[in-house]
Amino acid sequence: MKSAAATRYDKYYVPTQSHWPIVGAVALFCIASGAGLTVMQIGKQGTSGSYLLMTGFAVLFFMLFGWIKNVVHESMSGLYSSQMDFSFRQSMWWFIFSEVMFFLVFFGVLFYARMFSVPWLGGEGNNAMTNELLWPEFQSVWPLTTTPSGETTQAMGWFGLPLLNTFILLTSSVTVHFAHHALLAGKRTQLKAFMIISVLLGFAFLYFQVTEYIHAYHELGLTLASGIYGNVFYLLTGFHGMHVTLGAILLLIVTLRIFKGHFNKDNHFAFEAATWYWHFVDIVWLCLFFFVYVL
Amino acid sequence: MTGAADNTQDSYPQATEQHEHHAPTGFKRWFFSTNHKDIGTLYLGFSLLMFLIGGAMAMLIRAELFQPGLQLMEPHFYNQMVTVHGLIMVFGAVMPAFVGLANWMIPLMIGAPDMALPRMNNWSFWILPFAFAMLLGSLFMEGGGPAFGWTFYAPLSTTYSNDNTAMFVFAVHIMGISSIMGAINVIVTIVNLRAPGMTWMKTPMFVWTWLITAFLLIAVMPVLAGAVTMVLTDKYFGTDFFNAVGGGDPVMFQHIFWFFGHPEVYIMILPAFGIISTIVPTFSRKKLFGYHSMVYATGSIAILSFVVWMHHMFTTGMPLAAELFFMYSTMLISVPTGVKIFNWVATMWRGAISFEVPMLFAIAFIVLFTIGGFSGLMLAITPADFQYHDTYFVVAHFHYVLVTGAVFSIMAGVYYWLPKWSGHMFDIRLAKTHFWLSLISVNILFFPMHFVGLAGMPRRIPDYALQFADFNAIISIGGFAFGLSQLLFVWVVLKCVRGGEKVPANVWQAAEGLEWDVPSPAPHHTFATPPVIK
Repeated sequence: MKSAAATRYDKYYVPTQSHWPIVGAVALFCIASGAGLTVMQIGKQGTSGSYLLMTGFAVLFFMLFGWIKNVVHESMSGLYSSQMDFSFRQSMWWFIFSEVMFFLVFFGVLFYARMFSVPWLGGEGNNAMTNELLWPEFQSVWPLTTTPSGETTQAMGWFGLPLLNTFILLTSSVTVHFAHHALLAGKRTQLKAFMIISVLLGFAFLYFQVTEYIHAYHELGLTLASGIYGNVFYLLTGFHGMHVTLGAILLLIVTLRIFKGHFNKDNHFAFEAATWYWHFVDIVWLCLFFFVYVL
Repeated sequence: MTGAADNTQDSYPQATEQHEHHAPTGFKRWFFSTNHKDIGTLYLGFSLLMFLIGGAMAMLIRAELFQPGLQLMEPHFYNQMVTVHGLIMVFGAVMPAFVGLANWMIPLMIGAPDMALPRMNNWSFWILPFAFAMLLGSLFMEGGGPAFGWTFYAPLSTTYSNDNTAMFVFAVHIMGISSIMGAINVIVTIVNLRAPGMTWMKTPMFVWTWLITAFLLIAVMPVLAGAVTMVLTDKYFGTDFFNAVGGGDPVMFQHIFWFFGHPEVYIMILPAFGIISTIVPTFSRKKLFGYHSMVYATGSIAILSFVVWMHHMFTTGMPLAAELFFMYSTMLISVPTGVKIFNWVATMWRGAISFEVPMLFAIAFIVLFTIGGFSGLMLAITPADFQYHDTYFVVAHFHYVLVTGAVFSIMAGVYYWLPKWSGHMFDIRLAKTHFWLSLISVNILFFPMHFVGLAGMPRRIPDYALQFADFNAIISIGGFAFGLSQLLFVWVVLKCVRGGEKVPANVWQAAEGLEWDVPSPAPHHTFATPPVIK
């Protein structure tokens, strides 16, 4: 019992003191208060908020760079046991779970608007008087292209850019998977190629997403303020886009580390974490494509 | 439970083994820490500070309500006090106190060298002072701080809120980041760092309750983040999530908020259950009665907490089927909660009970939390809730579960483990004085709220009808007495930290668990290699 335990429970690595957490806390403070001020200064005099916000992001990137550098160094000098590896894996897993819950809120809003609030305003169920008294002209349709107050917009179709983006993201998920297999098989050239393709596909997705936004704003008149349909459309695709950006940056960092010769078939937690995250944004996109665009 | 009691040695040899470096001192010790004990102390100290600030706001509220009519403050200032009191007590006092206890005790209880990710642990903590600086700072900005109640219902927080609402939104965002990181750390520590041989069903109850709490935190803090994000866009970016004009619905805000909010209230009570389940056996000199059922009850409460949120919204005009479903699902929670109360009482049954300070608080918790539970059951009855909704009865209910529940359990835990942390016994006479003053004043404070609530006094309003004057004067006197009594608590804690009678490793003799095998005060590093649990 004891010997079996001794192998699994090697000395667990407890890092010595680090100044990165407090730097990170200051960064988050600058970002949060900077973002708050920026929002409050919209349409007013003063730009102090945006400077604070940018300072915050600069400090955050400085902190992430230093912190990750420390961790990579510790990992490469063999300080981490398999137990430590499991801690990292678990943490990433739970982090992704928290992200799932975050997206669930906005999908919940989408379902609530489609199933309840919009039909009720249209007079469905026992809400005939709601419709009659508030906005008798209002018709319940989805996508909601005419709001109760009478503002109109056009819906975003699923064909074209969204479909193309679906293919791009699905393909990148497959190439990342191939990269993992190449890593396990020790085929470094293939690994590098697949990683580069995946990162490029990620950025291509973002490029087309921005194109789609420009199209929506300028040609369809679909804006963030276009009633509940526009609200949900932009919050879901916007937060997804932010997560794709983060995921692509993670993949890029991992790719750079692969070029520096990091990771082997037994020790590649950071690689796997980035790929899990990538598969997660892919799955979110599939739900998005289906519920926001197609249905 | 942990098998540690078999070990007759005063301490495990590993427990005292020093790390290669010594405990740092001064600025670096606290700001750059990777030590679960120091970070635990930071959390607890921060929580105490917030408890006093939030408490001071409560004193202002009670001063205003001492007499009918507007005496001391503008209604807008009153609204800010009510809002920030709630936010501070929930996110600044109760939650960080439990995280502090988790930081200190979980690694000691499971024989781990530290939390799983010590640097992230420090980051989680240091976000909090900044977040609350933002929140409190907004009170001093032109237009004032948040004044829409801690539940920030739309349209109060969107159409009718002041321009500083963005500060509130982003403060809540970084509090959420802190909570999620803290919860991930707790879960990973518990899953991955339990000493060899500590199987799930040998894991101490406090650890179990925190595992489930951490799960709830990771599940619902992102929901809160989503809610505040939509408040932000509705207020500043022209969206209509909570406005029927664009096809949204203000009631949808309440759905989202309470989908977070109901698990949140269990986040604030499950660790309390863990503390009480730890203390009652020690001072009853018996094993915890029904350990397995305690674990399953905790899990059941956590699962049920996701399907009861609409009981906060019975009066919003929901379909009858929903009112029935949420009434019954809410009542169902009393089954696992009843199991817990029964188990604590059964643990005490025929035990050799000694009424030491932690046990006094634990017993007060069991009795008074049950009162809060019963008023909750009354509120769960939909037709009755139409009468009670938004009255002082609700205020009485949640202060019984949060003050005499969560806060009393935290105090029980602090008195229980303080000698382990500091190496000194606290001043028992003063501590008992603190207990009795708190017990009496807290009931003078909150019990009459039931009566004025049932008689129809609405909550969150700085003025009230004349017939409530006598009870409100009594409530305020109870409030001031309770507030002052807590200064005694601060004094007892400070005095104990600074000195006092030295205590042995197993402070309470009959206590079980690995934390009682390490010396008192617990050395800076413990369990560098894990003990083996038989």
